[in-house]
Amino acid sequence: MQQPVIKTELLTKRFGSFTAADELTFEVYPGEIFGFLGANGAGKTTAMRMLCGLSLPSSGKATIAGFDIYKQTEKIKQNIGYMSQKFSLYEDLTVIENIRFYAGIYGLSDKEIKAKSNNLLDQLGLQNEAKKLVSELPLGWKQKLSFSVAVIHQPKIVFLDEPTGGVDPVTRRQFWDLIYDASDKGLTVFVTTHYMDEAEYCNRISIMVDGRIEALDTPSNLKKQFSANSMDDVFYQLARGAKRNE
Amino acid sequence: MKAVTLNNITKTYNKGTVLAVDNLSFEVEKGELFGLIGPDGAGKSTIFRLLTTLLLADSGTATVDGLDIVKDFKTIRKKVGYMPGKFSLYQDLTVEENLNFFASIFGTTIHENYELIKDIYVQIEPFKTRRAGKLSGGMKQKLALSCALIHKPSVLFLDEPTTGVDTVSRKEFWQMLKRLKEQGITILVSTPYMDEANLCDRIALMQSGKILSIDTPANITKAYDGKLYAIRSSSMHKLLIELRNYEFTESCFAFGEYLHITFKKDHIDHTNALLSYLKHNGHTNLELKTIEPSIEDCFIQLLKQ
Amino acid sequence: MKQLFIFVRKEFYHVFRDRKTLLMLFGLPIAQIVLFGFALTTEIKNAKIVVADYSKDIVSKQIIDKIDASRYFDIEKSLMSHDQIEAAFKEGKIKMAVIFPENFNKNLLHTNKAQIQVIADASDLNTAVTLTNYISSIIGDYQQQMVKNVVLPYRIVPEIRMLYNPQLKGEHTFIPGMMAMIMMLVCVMMTAISIVKEKELGTMEILLVSPFKPLMVILSKFVPYLIISLVNVTSILLLSWIFLHLPIKGSILLLYAVSLLFIITSLAIGLLISIVSQSQQSAMFGSLMATMLPTLLLSGFMFPIENMPLPLQIISNVVPSKWFYIIVKDIMIKGSGFGAIWKETLILVGMTVFLLIISLKKFKIRLE
Repeated sequence: MQQPVIKTELLTKRFGSFTAADELTFEVYPGEIFGFLGANGAGKTTAMRMLCGLSLPSSGKATIAGFDIYKQTEKIKQNIGYMSQKFSLYEDLTVIENIRFYAGIYGLSDKEIKAKSNNLLDQLGLQNEAKKLVSELPLGWKQKLSFSVAVIHQPKIVFLDEPTGGVDPVTRRQFWDLIYDASDKGLTVFVTTHYMDEAEYCNRISIMVDGRIEALDTPSNLKKQFSANSMDDVFYQLARGAKRNE
Repeated sequence: MKAVTLNNITKTYNKGTVLAVDNLSFEVEKGELFGLIGPDGAGKSTIFRLLTTLLLADSGTATVDGLDIVKDFKTIRKKVGYMPGKFSLYQDLTVEENLNFFASIFGTTIHENYELIKDIYVQIEPFKTRRAGKLSGGMKQKLALSCALIHKPSVLFLDEPTTGVDTVSRKEFWQMLKRLKEQGITILVSTPYMDEANLCDRIALMQSGKILSIDTPANITKAYDGKLYAIRSSSMHKLLIELRNYEFTESCFAFGEYLHITFKKDHIDHTNALLSYLKHNGHTNLELKTIEPSIEDCFIQLLKQ
Repeated sequence: MKQLFIFVRKEFYHVFRDRKTLLMLFGLPIAQIVLFGFALTTEIKNAKIVVADYSKDIVSKQIIDKIDASRYFDIEKSLMSHDQIEAAFKEGKIKMAVIFPENFNKNLLHTNKAQIQVIADASDLNTAVTLTNYISSIIGDYQQQMVKNVVLPYRIVPEIRMLYNPQLKGEHTFIPGMMAMIMMLVCVMMTAISIVKEKELGTMEILLVSPFKPLMVILSKFVPYLIISLVNVTSILLLSWIFLHLPIKGSILLLYAVSLLFIITSLAIGLLISIVSQSQQSAMFGSLMATMLPTLLLSGFMFPIENMPLPLQIISNVVPSKWFYIIVKDIMIKGSGFGAIWKETLILVGMTVFLLIISLKKFKIRLE
């Protein structure tokens, strides 16, 4: 069996008397597309922040890309990419300037940056738009560009926080094509979404309710387990019982 | 009299450089639950702002409750309820203070129209001394809806009320809308989620300021052109790539646990040939079936035309 | 009317629940009084100077005693040479040197003319000017006394008197200036930000769609900051009275009436800024540009307008705080009544009406 790229054991985060993330234990394997679902306020964001090395857990253990979550947060940051719904792109910079900037902050050499950015523009079909301001791009393209920029330093894991909000169904699927391509190349994808059909595209899914992981399996197994027709139904059954508000 | 009419409405931004709404005409019946469905930038918010008299159209006319949106804007403002897309209430006021405030702005009191909001408000009443900023997404939404309803509007405009809200809250929200509809309120609601389309009486599928199709959800799916199949195997991504390269494939895209596929020349039955081709390529657990298209399938087809 | 009350109450909730803003609203006047009143005063106390008395006669001695007695100077008597003095200047040890040449008294008695050399460090021009002014007035004073004792015909003695502010207190002119600045800051910035905030929240859309009149929205935004500003005026006056011992010579009622007028001017400016800004940042920046800079530079409270180049003098006429500053100065320090300030007041009224009309006309009842 392969070494997991994310491994957590009883990972917990408390804010005072409030337990935002409660004894999370799971593993994610290289190349896997891992769906991280949960109702609003279930603790997804808290968990994501810990895994990205942005906040320290209160207790429990975890390694990300083989690095310890307490002591090696800098190493972790070099090995992960992150894209949120609020893009990290600079609207007042051009496409190519954005790519170069992000390649630059991850310490790529000038030669690499040049090769990479050309590559990326080709791949996204954005050669003609390279000199356009990001603010002029349609939302779908921004999302694709944002994703490509998040993985420009070839991280082991990429965290996607509701990456496809607000786009049309065709563009949404094109985005998932990007995710599949990346996962085929061995990148681990950790993704949150509100679209339940997208949950089906994941290899495995975890569902958080009130700070705990209440279910974790492949979409088809989960549907069997809950005798449900769709992931939507599974989610509904689990999250309906949630007591907690944000 | 129709609840809402639009006649050749066009609206541009930035001195005509950005076309937001492109020569639109449609009508909404009284008491209808009408959905505007489409991605960001489709023009949904602009339509709502035009109808709530917040914006002036470049050309065309429109009415709300039989009143002209330009001439009678003051009367319209008294009669409509509106929940803007980015609406987030006063974070530093409590639930009750927010509701009280909006009630008095509309010249009424919570008490006067309590019946209308009762169903919704009882759910958040236990938290009425809590500040709105500390509420969960679903509760904020309920409070916002209560605020929009407090003056008993005849037409209710809800701009993306369920965006960014989880499934459970979304389901609850749609149930609330259904109950409001039963009380005779005309509701116009916009959403980027295609699966919510079926909950509306009639829908308009929108993209880039245009209506792709407008009808009841059932009629829209009925109008789907061609046969639609769903297929799956044990390695879905491989299947997707191979099907896209298959010579008779017209379109193929992921759809939940299946791939949805349409064929060129679909009067011929391709199923057997395809299955043996895929088996040959090493796919196991193959399943292929014809299915009824969903609104999302229709939307994708309309986008490609 | 009840709607208005509820709206105003809501505004007060916003103010009182935001600690940072609250601190700024009420802390600002106190901080400003402390800063300007004590630390940044243009008045100079205990400046180190060197007095080199090569004459050592009775007159030089008397003058030196007079200088010594003033609280402005901290003098060191020493017979430094020119080189030594220059070295002391370069090291920054002294601000000024006063040199009585030999035969100072003899010259004075025999030729009726004597010279005192006053050397000041003009790298800090303001201080140098102030110090030499102090010295001249001390010497002038002494001369006057001499004239009384020894009658010398045909002698022209310049009479220097610091009108209204005999102790040359800097606080006197600062208080009116500060009042202008604080009121501008609070009213303009707070009004602008609180309106723009509603735009950002999306609540403005609802308010516009509601039957609540836009004029009422504006009015409700005005009331809280008007009240807060009146509180601020009171606290400034109290603080300056208690700590800086600055009495109000004129009518307090008149002072408040004029302040009220100026507050309304500021609120109108704030409203105008909120109409053109889309974000809180731009509202904040706009307010600072429109209020702080002109009030600091062109109201006459930091830099005398008469010394400015003509174009700036002309521009200064459209700065409301200039007129407010003049009015408050007149009331507080000169004790003038309405008869003396009606012109300035009329100008301010004109400006306010103009600004209000413009901003009410521009206030959008729609989104663009």
